[in-house]
Amino acid sequence: MANTPERDAVTDAVTGTATTGHEWDGIRELNTPLPKWWLWTFYATIAFAALWVVLYPAIPVTGATGLLGYTARGAADQDRAAQAAAAEPMLARLRAAEPAQIVANAELRAHAIAGGRVAFANTCAGCHGAGGQGAPGFPSLADDDWLWGGKLAEVEQSIRHGIRAPDDDASRTSLMPRFQADGMLTAAQVNDVAEHVLSLSGRATDAAAASRGAGVFAENCASCHGERGAGNREMGAPNLGDQVWLYGGEKAQLIRSIAFGRGGVMPAWEKRLDAATIRMLTVYIHSLGGTEAAAQ
Amino acid sequence: MFGIRFNHGTIERNLLLLGVLTLITISIGGLVQVIPLFTVESTIERVGGIRPYTPLEQAGRDIYVREGCYTCHSQMVRPFRDERERYGHYSLAAESMFDKPFQWGSKRTGPDLARVGGRYSDEWHVLHLRDPRHLVPESIMPSYGFLDRPLNYADIGQRLAALRSAGVPYTDAMVANARADLEAQARPAEDGSAFSARYGRARQMDPDGNARSITEMDALVAYLQMLGTLVDFSEVTPERLRQQ
Repeated sequence: MANTPERDAVTDAVTGTATTGHEWDGIRELNTPLPKWWLWTFYATIAFAALWVVLYPAIPVTGATGLLGYTARGAADQDRAAQAAAAEPMLARLRAAEPAQIVANAELRAHAIAGGRVAFANTCAGCHGAGGQGAPGFPSLADDDWLWGGKLAEVEQSIRHGIRAPDDDASRTSLMPRFQADGMLTAAQVNDVAEHVLSLSGRATDAAAASRGAGVFAENCASCHGERGAGNREMGAPNLGDQVWLYGGEKAQLIRSIAFGRGGVMPAWEKRLDAATIRMLTVYIHSLGGTEAAAQ
Repeated sequence: MFGIRFNHGTIERNLLLLGVLTLITISIGGLVQVIPLFTVESTIERVGGIRPYTPLEQAGRDIYVREGCYTCHSQMVRPFRDERERYGHYSLAAESMFDKPFQWGSKRTGPDLARVGGRYSDEWHVLHLRDPRHLVPESIMPSYGFLDRPLNYADIGQRLAALRSAGVPYTDAMVANARADLEAQARPAEDGSAFSARYGRARQMDPDGNARSITEMDALVAYLQMLGTLVDFSEVTPERLRQQ
């Protein structure tokens, strides 16, 4: 390094600023210092980083959480606790009140329906539809045809413990047998019963088969669905005469239901949702229009 | 400024000095990230209930990976209030400790599935996979009706053995009985005591109701129905979640 830049560095006469010492065809490069405001900002960020490293999780001071003890999980829990505390006065009232009392109280009802709508969209709409309209195999909650009862207490029971829920011993249970698959009825008998069931809503296509099916129905079906097929909510046995069909009311669909059985499953929500949310859902489902006599 | 005039020209013109100082600077960045992990025994929480996947669930998981479900569904409930309101307790590292590879994902075209287990019935999953719009009219999820084909599980024992070599604690009995366990779980009418002895609370199920055949649908639904269900969060305290 015979020609060190420092030796050649000269001060520029016009600006009074030092040059870098490089020279190209007589042109020298100014070595202008960084602006002071920029330098101080830079030093401030270094100081900020040092402080941050000590306060937040970075180096193992007091465990690995920093002096503030911050964790993302702890922050989420605090956020949730703060929200819960803000909502608690109303939620406590909703928990304490019977569903019928909530329906009768305009203020409680408004809160329950607002909260229930959100919970329904997240929890129930996947099966029962965004408006509670249901889908084939998943009952409508907006009509007045109820499998297990449509009174507020019955609806709440269904939400809490589900229908045939595999993980809840208190779940509503019953079983539509697989009459043909398990050899209880022959294919001809299943056909006759299907005709009889059609006749309950005046739609039989074969009067002779329907009358043959009446006897089979009395022996095999009436214990749950009733002698006239009016259903039995104790066992979730649907009314067969009202033309509301969960799995379809065409003859082929009836034969499928009789021959191979049915048994829809609804999860139990007691362990997944808090008591206030279940109560709000009950009142919201009531507001869909189909639920029976609120006072009962 | 600090009394000493700092001349970076000295560093920039001395290759060895520049190299040494660069190494020191980068090392600080690395050590800051690494050292905290030396102070904890494990980053995985000690919670009860975590078990390896049953052979049927593992077969379903392989289908989940094969079909690329992770490109639209995450399996990671993040620690935010809104996520907890919608999906439930935030995900724990322990819950995916046997996922090889994990399916956390980063894209939510569809909802997070980390806690989908038990939210719907088996039948719902079958109907929904066959035709999502049957149940959710606005859904843009593709139909997976072709999963109603027989599951190929001839190599399920080897798959468990491969996972064991990757650190999943399958026992010799689990590997040896993989086929039998898969069939026992998929045939609820049969005695599943040997299966239950190995896999605890895992449920016997035949989601598609077709007792004659074990289908890919059965396997995938078995997997979906156990997601997020292993840990009983009523027993989990903040102390147990702290990294030790």
